Amino acid sequence: MTPQKHSFSWPTWAKTLANVLRLRQFFGKASVIALPYGWHLVFFLVPFCLVLKISFSESIIGAPPYADIVSWVDNTFLNIRLNLENYTFLLEDTLYLDAYLESLRVSGLATLVSLCLAYPIAYNIAKATPKMRIVFLCLIILPFWTSFLIRVYAWMGILSPQGLINSFLKWTGLIESPLTLLHNDFAVCLGIVYSYLPFMILPLYVALEKIDPSLLEAAHDLGCKPMKSFFKVTLPLSLRGAVAGSMLVFIPGVGEYIIPELLGGPDSIMIGKILWGEFFTNRDWPLACALAMALLVLLVLPITIFQKLLSGQTEG
Amino acid sequence: MRQKRSFFSLSTMIFGYAFLYLPIVTLIVYSFNAGSHVTVWEGFSTKWYKALVHNDAILDATWLSLRIAFCAATFSVVIGVVGGFVLARYRRFKGRTFLNSLVTAPLVMPDVMTGLALLLMFVFMARELGWPLTRGGVTIALGHITIAIAYVLVIVRTRLLEMDHHIEEAALDLGARPFKVFMMITLPVISPSIAAGWLLAFTLSLDDVILASFLSGPGSTTLPMLIFSSVRFGVSPEINALASLIVCLVAIGVLISGMVMYRRLRLKKEKS
Repeated sequence: MTPQKHSFSWPTWAKTLANVLRLRQFFGKASVIALPYGWHLVFFLVPFCLVLKISFSESIIGAPPYADIVSWVDNTFLNIRLNLENYTFLLEDTLYLDAYLESLRVSGLATLVSLCLAYPIAYNIAKATPKMRIVFLCLIILPFWTSFLIRVYAWMGILSPQGLINSFLKWTGLIESPLTLLHNDFAVCLGIVYSYLPFMILPLYVALEKIDPSLLEAAHDLGCKPMKSFFKVTLPLSLRGAVAGSMLVFIPGVGEYIIPELLGGPDSIMIGKILWGEFFTNRDWPLACALAMALLVLLVLPITIFQKLLSGQTEG
Repeated sequence: MRQKRSFFSLSTMIFGYAFLYLPIVTLIVYSFNAGSHVTVWEGFSTKWYKALVHNDAILDATWLSLRIAFCAATFSVVIGVVGGFVLARYRRFKGRTFLNSLVTAPLVMPDVMTGLALLLMFVFMARELGWPLTRGGVTIALGHITIAIAYVLVIVRTRLLEMDHHIEEAALDLGARPFKVFMMITLPVISPSIAAGWLLAFTLSLDDVILASFLSGPGSTTLPMLIFSSVRFGVSPEINALASLIVCLVAIGVLISGMVMYRRLRLKKEKS
């Protein structure tokens, strides 16, 4: 037996760890990139592929309530059953087409209203002193941090027949019987405007704040009236913020569920509500998936515009 | 002319802020109403707040929501910071544009669609991998993480692009390992954005009804789900009390962070 050399040696686990670390350094960049990539592949891209797949399957009674598209018959034949019925049904039943149009209409109107409401506010915030800007911005952001659900709920109390507005109008004697303000498209529109207003104000403010005041001074020196310089200088330069804000209101507005459920009438047919009903009430998962895919097709264009603007802002 | 314009801007500001705050104020006022009708004032009382403390369903749901929000915020900050770093610092790699659009898509995707897609994913995983057998807090948190990453990532990336990256390069030139540079230099500089991202992710998670409804299982009701299911049948003063409490807590948080922001701005001014 040879006497063992008594020198310090790293334990095996430490060596392995060092190797792993070295390997990690080698693949460092790749592994860092892989984390967000992998997460979004598993929890975002693949799920939407599944939605596409199940939109082509048949609805059955069972758990889960859809039939497999791909199956083996006698272990030799690969059987693929693509069911287009969900999509043809969407086209045949006018309810769905109406729902899409209604969603676009209500959300588009709400976007327009909130743009008109947000522009002067954002303009005035951008014009304020830096100290006041922080106060104003905090006041804009504050409701955005409070629960969306609670803000929509608050309007139920205001618009209801015994609510604040109707009680006030009755007290002044302007009306005899309460106006129906709740459970109609007006209330849904108001709800979207109210809930998404900060999303419109903030990008507008960012765009307006970036405008170099010397441009307006130059316009003034050259004899341009304030009104004209606003339309010729300020408005075009803030267009980017206006479009970004509009997309941030319009896209979620189209697929909105909570607002039409709480503020809309029983006949309100916003597409988000229809989808929810098909999924939870009728348990027709394939049809809900087909609805979601159709909505995605509808929203691809606005989403692309939004992403172009977002990446242009950070990389341009 | 000047007078007219300032009058116009003042009135739009007043109208805009009144529009934003009036609903919240009425909500809080009527939470102190003695009567059980939300909209008819019958005198001052705090009985709805007292009832809240004894409502076990609400307390359980709050506890579940807080746990989910804490996990969702923490994990989404980790992944969001890594993602923001990748997109801000690695200017060239395969699939960069694709990653960019993939991570920001949840920002605007209607929640109904994301919820449906994620549920199908979990059903598929349960069948193929045997996990998750029951849906509940974990699956809800995973959904919230996916949404919140996008918000954290945008905030962090903006800050990373703003900051002076010469400091990082100097440290690298002096022989520091990339990981060390990230830990010792990048992280401290972007820490306010990380804090903001964490808070935003936390409130987003605490607020979500739709994803939670799709991804929850039997016995896991979050606070927003509970509020939503009772609100569907009309207004109730107890919900008003609960909502007022939430609003007040958030207001205090935002006020504190606003004050910190303001103080930092003043310090910066004094330095320069």
